[in-house]
Amino acid sequence: MARTTGRRLPWARTVFWLYVATLMLPLLWMFGMSIRPNEDILGNFALIPQRVTFDNYVTFFTDVTWYSSYLNSIIYTSMNAVMSLIVALPAAYAFSRFRFAGDKHLFFWLLTNRMAPPAVFLLPFFQIYQSVGLFDTHLGVAIAHMLFNVPLAVWILEGFMSGIPREIDETAAIDGYSLPRFFIRIFLPMIRSAIGVTLFFCFMFSWVELLIARTITSVDAKPISATMTRTVSAAGVDWALLATAGVLTIVPGAIVIWFVRNYIAKGFALGRV
Amino acid sequence: MTAGSQVSGEVVTTAPAEPQETRADLKRKDNRAWWLVLPVVVSVAFTAIIPLMTVVNFSVQDVFSPSDRVFVGLDWFYEAVRRPENREAFVRTLLFSAQVLLVEIPLGVAIAVAMPRRGFWVSAALVLVALPLLIPWNVVGTIWQIFARADIGLGGWTINNVLGIGFNYTLDSTDAWITILVMDVWHWTPLVALLAYAGLRSIPEPYFQAAQIDGASGWATFRHIQLPRLRGVLTIAILLRFMDSFMIYTEPFVVTGGGPGNATSFLSILLSKMAVGQFDVGPAGAFSLIYFLIVQVLCYVFFTVLTRSGR
Repeated sequence: MARTTGRRLPWARTVFWLYVATLMLPLLWMFGMSIRPNEDILGNFALIPQRVTFDNYVTFFTDVTWYSSYLNSIIYTSMNAVMSLIVALPAAYAFSRFRFAGDKHLFFWLLTNRMAPPAVFLLPFFQIYQSVGLFDTHLGVAIAHMLFNVPLAVWILEGFMSGIPREIDETAAIDGYSLPRFFIRIFLPMIRSAIGVTLFFCFMFSWVELLIARTITSVDAKPISATMTRTVSAAGVDWALLATAGVLTIVPGAIVIWFVRNYIAKGFALGRV
Repeated sequence: MTAGSQVSGEVVTTAPAEPQETRADLKRKDNRAWWLVLPVVVSVAFTAIIPLMTVVNFSVQDVFSPSDRVFVGLDWFYEAVRRPENREAFVRTLLFSAQVLLVEIPLGVAIAVAMPRRGFWVSAALVLVALPLLIPWNVVGTIWQIFARADIGLGGWTINNVLGIGFNYTLDSTDAWITILVMDVWHWTPLVALLAYAGLRSIPEPYFQAAQIDGASGWATFRHIQLPRLRGVLTIAILLRFMDSFMIYTEPFVVTGGGPGNATSFLSILLSKMAVGQFDVGPAGAFSLIYFLIVQVLCYVFFTVLTRSGR
């Protein structure tokens, strides 16, 4: 791929980093709140924390309701990313290589699942997951999140796969490769970056979702974002602990994004459309 | 001209501007491909079809209790369309989506143009810009609930005490609206910026060299070379931003809960009050089916207009 530099205006650099600074401001403020005691947050407004404490972090990692729900979120999010990828791979290949009856309608139907207003559609979720025994399990949440992640995964992968010339499939067929063997041995290694990007997007959308995850869990698979509502009690809001949990929910995403940073620009181009 | 190229196994996506017909014609017709898409259909249908059917079922009945329900036909649909509260929320949501698109799309493109293109700072810039996208939506709400407060938040405190403007999003409707809008711009402009950045990266270098030889100004280069090549990614950006802003729920629910008064009760917040708060599942079901349909129709219109213009 040709290196594209384009031309940047002289003040572009300054404007850009100013934007990034603005972007970080609310995050830094939340971090600042997480390392000071509650009395200081409510008592007197100060830009720099006067007393620094890590008590809130200690509370988070020693209280089982906090850290277990944190783990729950990580578990079901990872399961969802892998499961979405596995079912989306053959489908994306089908969309990129074949025409078949109703393919366009099917593709549009998949995408419309992103458009359902959550509030009312959530009511039946509880009953369905209860009746099939998936209520309050990690697997249940992972399956529920496939609703919006599988269409997205198909969309991204199809774009990448369409960029690979069809001659490669044909040559492999002539060389005597069966479709599954060709797919695993030759095709998958070629779309490594697409797989990375897809996993990232699935992780991201599953991680940030709250409504569905909260509806179909109670204790054993409760997500961290639902546990955060616990900080509101009769005694008021525990701002410091809330901020601590907020800071910690950003960490897994930041780690994942660091690993795929080189592919992310390509991944966002998606392909289809 | 195709931007789709391939170097050492790294795959580059095809040019979004490429007409679909040509691509489709090259594909082999084979209905056995259904076997490959079957897992997707099954996994999505499990969570999509049954809830949809249940909502349809709600929408034509008056439910007093699980065993006591009356078939009411299309009554709820008529009521949903006539109710002034619903109409107000609809207009409010539409206005919000319009403002979101008007601010986020140009801003996102501007940021993408200004973004570094090579060196270590590319990685740093990408990671930092993408960070808001990875924060759970209710945490985004929490961040802004804190940040915009006049007593404990840096943003609200600065507006009140440094700029000397009275700002309180829990009491003033305009302030609440602005807080939600700024929050959404903060949260989602990065998505537009990253999409546009990906689009800009797919423009081959010779284009810029040619522009330079012709002595094109920075603006002319942007207008005639960069912008046309962004059509594909901007279509995706506009569709995604429209869909999600039109269905926004979690973030305003955390920050304002739809208030003060009804100032920020968007369609989804109104709906959830009807369904969960008052348990009026019939009217709420009918209302959400209409809502669902509106989102689909508008997305289809956007998609058609954006892909047809310029062909």
